[in-house]
Amino acid sequence: MTEMTLIEGLRQGMDEELERDARVFIVGEDVGPRGGVFRATQGLYEKYGEDRVVDSPLAELSIVGIGIGTALYGMRPICEIQFADFIYPAFNQIVSEAARMCYRSGGEWTVPMVIRAPYGGGIGGGLYHSQSIEAFFTHVPGLKVVVPSTPYDAKGLLKSAVRDPNPVIYLEPKKGYRLIRGEVPEDEEVLVPIGPARLSREGTDLSVFAYGMMHHYCLEAAERVSQEGIDTELVDLRTLKPVDRETVLASVAKTGKALIVHEDNLTGGYGAEIAAILAEEAFADLDAPVRRLAGPDVPAMPYSHPLQDWFMPDADRIADAIRELAAY
Amino acid sequence: MEAQEDLQVDLSTESLLEMYWLIVLSRRLDERTWVLHRQGKIAFHISGIGHEAAQVGAALALRRGQDWVVPYYRDLALMLALGFTPKEFMLGVMGKKGEPSSGARQMPSHWSLKRMNVVSHSSPVATQAPHASGIGFAIKMRGDDVVVLTSIGEGSTSQGEWYEAVNWAAVHQLPVVFMVENNLYAISVRQERQMAVEHVADKAAGLGLPGVTVDGLDALAVHQVMTEAVDRARSGGGPTVVETMVQRMTPHSSDDDDRSYRTREELEALKAQDPLDLHRDKLLAAGILTEEAEREVQARAKREVDEAVAFATEAPYPDISEASYPVYAEDRRDD
Repeated sequence: MTEMTLIEGLRQGMDEELERDARVFIVGEDVGPRGGVFRATQGLYEKYGEDRVVDSPLAELSIVGIGIGTALYGMRPICEIQFADFIYPAFNQIVSEAARMCYRSGGEWTVPMVIRAPYGGGIGGGLYHSQSIEAFFTHVPGLKVVVPSTPYDAKGLLKSAVRDPNPVIYLEPKKGYRLIRGEVPEDEEVLVPIGPARLSREGTDLSVFAYGMMHHYCLEAAERVSQEGIDTELVDLRTLKPVDRETVLASVAKTGKALIVHEDNLTGGYGAEIAAILAEEAFADLDAPVRRLAGPDVPAMPYSHPLQDWFMPDADRIADAIRELAAY
Repeated sequence: MEAQEDLQVDLSTESLLEMYWLIVLSRRLDERTWVLHRQGKIAFHISGIGHEAAQVGAALALRRGQDWVVPYYRDLALMLALGFTPKEFMLGVMGKKGEPSSGARQMPSHWSLKRMNVVSHSSPVATQAPHASGIGFAIKMRGDDVVVLTSIGEGSTSQGEWYEAVNWAAVHQLPVVFMVENNLYAISVRQERQMAVEHVADKAAGLGLPGVTVDGLDALAVHQVMTEAVDRARSGGGPTVVETMVQRMTPHSSDDDDRSYRTREELEALKAQDPLDLHRDKLLAAGILTEEAEREVQARAKREVDEAVAFATEAPYPDISEASYPVYAEDRRDD
């Protein structure tokens, strides 16, 4: 086992897939000699050359649109959107084109591609370098959406996404790139299937559902409240689409209480989907109302430090929400 | 057969007659589809009448089945040239089972034909252009001997997607031909409200690739310009914008009424420049087409259209279960 950061797990995943399959290539802004603005692709240009690690023009829709074309021809593109906040110009290509291609051609054409995007706040990124975008894409049939929260999953989900025959949105919790460390085995292939959630902490009093950076904070909060005698179960959803209903329902069947945490806005956020699943399928198991702790309904995260902190859910606020729900 | 010296084109008699056949077949199918709509038998039609000569001129410049095509919704004649059959077209028009473009999921004339490397496109315009450049990019990466043709209307070249696609192709010198079928109207909006340049081809200069404007009512002229563009692409010379000046002789679609924005006189005048008549008269004058052969072409087209309508009318609708898949690649089924 080797301890590494989340971004190192991601990079290793890309490296191994580039090595394994000549059809795989990376395309995006500054991914070449610069190695990406976060250094996610560092060293890959030198190792695989300019034909496999391609600096694109500064135009996001073309990164995805070109990627779709190459996928139709049989390539396996990994498209990097530099910040999730910049993905909207490509929205039409992702939603109208990549997601619908298989269905609209009766399965004749498919789009095996990965669209990577660093998302989330807490890094002084202001309105346009902090956004969470998952809810826009989890709404769309034809897409898969994954969010790793550990180096192991960053590597394993990336490799699975590359091998998946569909368009996969791969969201990277950028605050956790170097903050989150973990063990990744060296001598075996790391593949994390798209679909199953991960029970990251067993408990009996209540269930917390989270992903990405929020999972990290939830773990911290769960440890804190355990000293007060609250036994929290934590599920790292990690694949948002398709959602792992079984794991969600099994956890709530056990604990009878559910808290969903995400830093995206509350209204129409991903937590609403989990809450709806529980309302429809776990009504009899619930001992308390389903709770959501999410970012506020303001347009995006402000830049100024105290304003940013006001927006971003953290371990303190999560611990409070856990205490409140446990006491219900 | 010999190249036709009379017409000063590098095309065989066989090819010239094939072009005419395709123009006539496309026209008769298109006209019949309008009738079906007016009879209340189908929900929608979008027409290519007036565009046919440009499309067949382009199609015959390709290595059909080897080269890739990323079309748009007015390309009936182009699709017929690529082997889409009248029966397949009518299945699509009527929303019947087994329609090859989409299994009758999409509206009619939203083409796809995997067996001929024709890629599925959608309704939001210009979305197909980046795909063409991506295919060209993959062709270049693999070093394949393949060229991509993509088509679009002039109004759709206002979209950022078209500029981004053409820019990519120019930056990487990709084997892509961007064909613009300029009929001067984007539904109701004329070209002068779409662009300040006189020709769409002028836009190419700003992106660093050649742009050519050609009479799209003349299949032979289009074929010549397209052949040059395709040869350039195939030999590593990069992309070209080819603007074909065509005419839209119908409303935008069966849901459009053009009386609020087009005079009847303007439409009537278009008939004097009907690309079907122009091609026929040229072949008659050169002695390539006889009056008798012309009657046979018309009779055969009528027969094929009749057969296609009868076939599609009798064909079953898709099973309702087909609406539920394939959302993902793993849901694909053999039917």
